[in-house]
Amino acid sequence: MEQSNTEGKKKMIWNETKECMSRDEMSNLQGVRLKKMVKNVYHSVEFYRKKMQEIGLEPGDIASIEDITKLPFTTKDDLRDTYPFGLFAVPDSEVVRVHASSGTTGKATVVGYTRRDIENWSECVARVLAMAGVRKSDKIQVSYGYGLFTGGLGLHYGAENLGATVIPMSSGNTKKQITMMEDFGCAAIACTPSYLLHLTEALEDSGAIERIKLRAAVLGAEPWTDQMREDIEKRLGIHAHDIYGLSEIMGPGVAADCEYHKGLHFYADHFIPEVLNPETLKPCKEGETGELVITPITKEALPLFRYRTKDLTSIAYEPCECGRTLPRISRFTGRTDDMLIIRGVNIFPSQVEAALLDVSETSPHYLLIVDRVGNLDTLEVWVEVEERFFSDEIRKLEDLTKKITQILQQALGIAPKVKLVEPRSIERSEGKAKRVIDKRKLF
Amino acid sequence: MLIKQLSVFMENRQGRLEEVSEVLSKNDVNITSFSLADTSEYGLLRMIVDNPMRGRNVLKEAGFSAMLSDVIAVKLPHEVGALNKIMKVLEKENIEYIYVLATGEHPSLIIKADNLESTIKNLKENHFSLFGEEAYTINNK
Ligand SMILES: [Zn+2]
Repeated sequence: MEQSNTEGKKKMIWNETKECMSRDEMSNLQGVRLKKMVKNVYHSVEFYRKKMQEIGLEPGDIASIEDITKLPFTTKDDLRDTYPFGLFAVPDSEVVRVHASSGTTGKATVVGYTRRDIENWSECVARVLAMAGVRKSDKIQVSYGYGLFTGGLGLHYGAENLGATVIPMSSGNTKKQITMMEDFGCAAIACTPSYLLHLTEALEDSGAIERIKLRAAVLGAEPWTDQMREDIEKRLGIHAHDIYGLSEIMGPGVAADCEYHKGLHFYADHFIPEVLNPETLKPCKEGETGELVITPITKEALPLFRYRTKDLTSIAYEPCECGRTLPRISRFTGRTDDMLIIRGVNIFPSQVEAALLDVSETSPHYLLIVDRVGNLDTLEVWVEVEERFFSDEIRKLEDLTKKITQILQQALGIAPKVKLVEPRSIERSEGKAKRVIDKRKLF
Repeated sequence: MLIKQLSVFMENRQGRLEEVSEVLSKNDVNITSFSLADTSEYGLLRMIVDNPMRGRNVLKEAGFSAMLSDVIAVKLPHEVGALNKIMKVLEKENIEYIYVLATGEHPSLIIKADNLESTIKNLKENHFSLFGEEAYTINNK
């Protein structure tokens, strides 16, 4: 094998055929896969068959990639309405795994995978890891949560597919994370950016930062900024890469950025991206910001038509300096809804509202204050103490605080700090209360 | 023998105490005595005022969370060990809080207990005398 003098720097392209094909070839491939997918969905998912019949669309009407605009959209509500398995396109015997994410009304969104789906997912994640310079001989610490959340297992299978040695740490237990990282000589880590910053601090404090062999980090599941990336790269002396994904489409590995950081390479051979004006739902021009809409064209268990992610981004088609020709999406500039991502957990203000109804019949006024303290996201929930909650005993007010904290922790999956405030102290604009103050400035 | 105490929820912000007293005095409600209980984040101002109902209404109008609750006002006899004696009597009761009712003549205590009826009975059996609504205006002379 040829040994170049850039060995150690040069990063491998995992699947050159797919990652570097011409735009025409890609469009053709997408067209063929889309056509096959629509035909299959029409025959196996009643929900979509009805939707197509309502608008007079036949499977035969979808012949090429351009026809994608004829398809109806899918939203998170559709997944919720068909909970748990209503949109699955294969019999139970074909489903080998499910994941789930918490929903706004307490009902989870359930997603499923066939054996082939897991293989494709592992392929996409392997592409990301190879792009980040992870090799077969490396050890990778997977510090995303394992479980219903797609982060842990998604990265785990991808790293195994690449052939690296997986250290399945899951999240938390910082001390142990550092010990393993040092003792095993881990070359890469996958976790949320805020958790890596937290680890970095602990590594600096313990002095272990001098002894670790970390080279690369694959970070995602929450929004972050270029400044955060530069901070992480400088302090740890590594390369950090942004990985994007959502469970409805697959999980992490839908797109990721290369060492040039000029947007996230989108694995368009598996997922067709569209960027649409969220008002008119017409396509945005290249470089123009709009809502990312994704059609997974190879998914067997849960194929969705034009899933509205509510993430705001722009798309560029010009080939990247790294040699990849895949379309690139820019770092996200926000959401079309009020969803917050706190420590990798998706939270809607409406969840807080619903949970507070468990405390009393009508929801009190509340305010979410999200901040990042010592690299970890914090959530403070202010609740106005109206007369019906009020007591002249401190103990009862403390019990109220505890009760609200418990209810919110159950509903949100993370523990907020609850603060009781005076009535009418939360600002209202035109009669409508402001629900969220996000001090993290991530967008 | 129960009297009404006016309580207000306050965040620990500068000037809040002053605002409460200003609202009350503007509306001719006199504070006879008060006690402030606080945590690191908020405080509870408990007051004996000359017109509790009016006090509550004007505070509510001004946007405060205010409420009335029943408490006992008990006179402390002028004798050595009076405080110790009453504490002994109250030992059997489940007391939420106690504070001093500031009066010139009669040193008195405001008591909130879980079972106010039983506390009253207990105090009376031990020859303590209680204030009625005259406690509201005990300093207005
Ligand atoms: Zn690139």
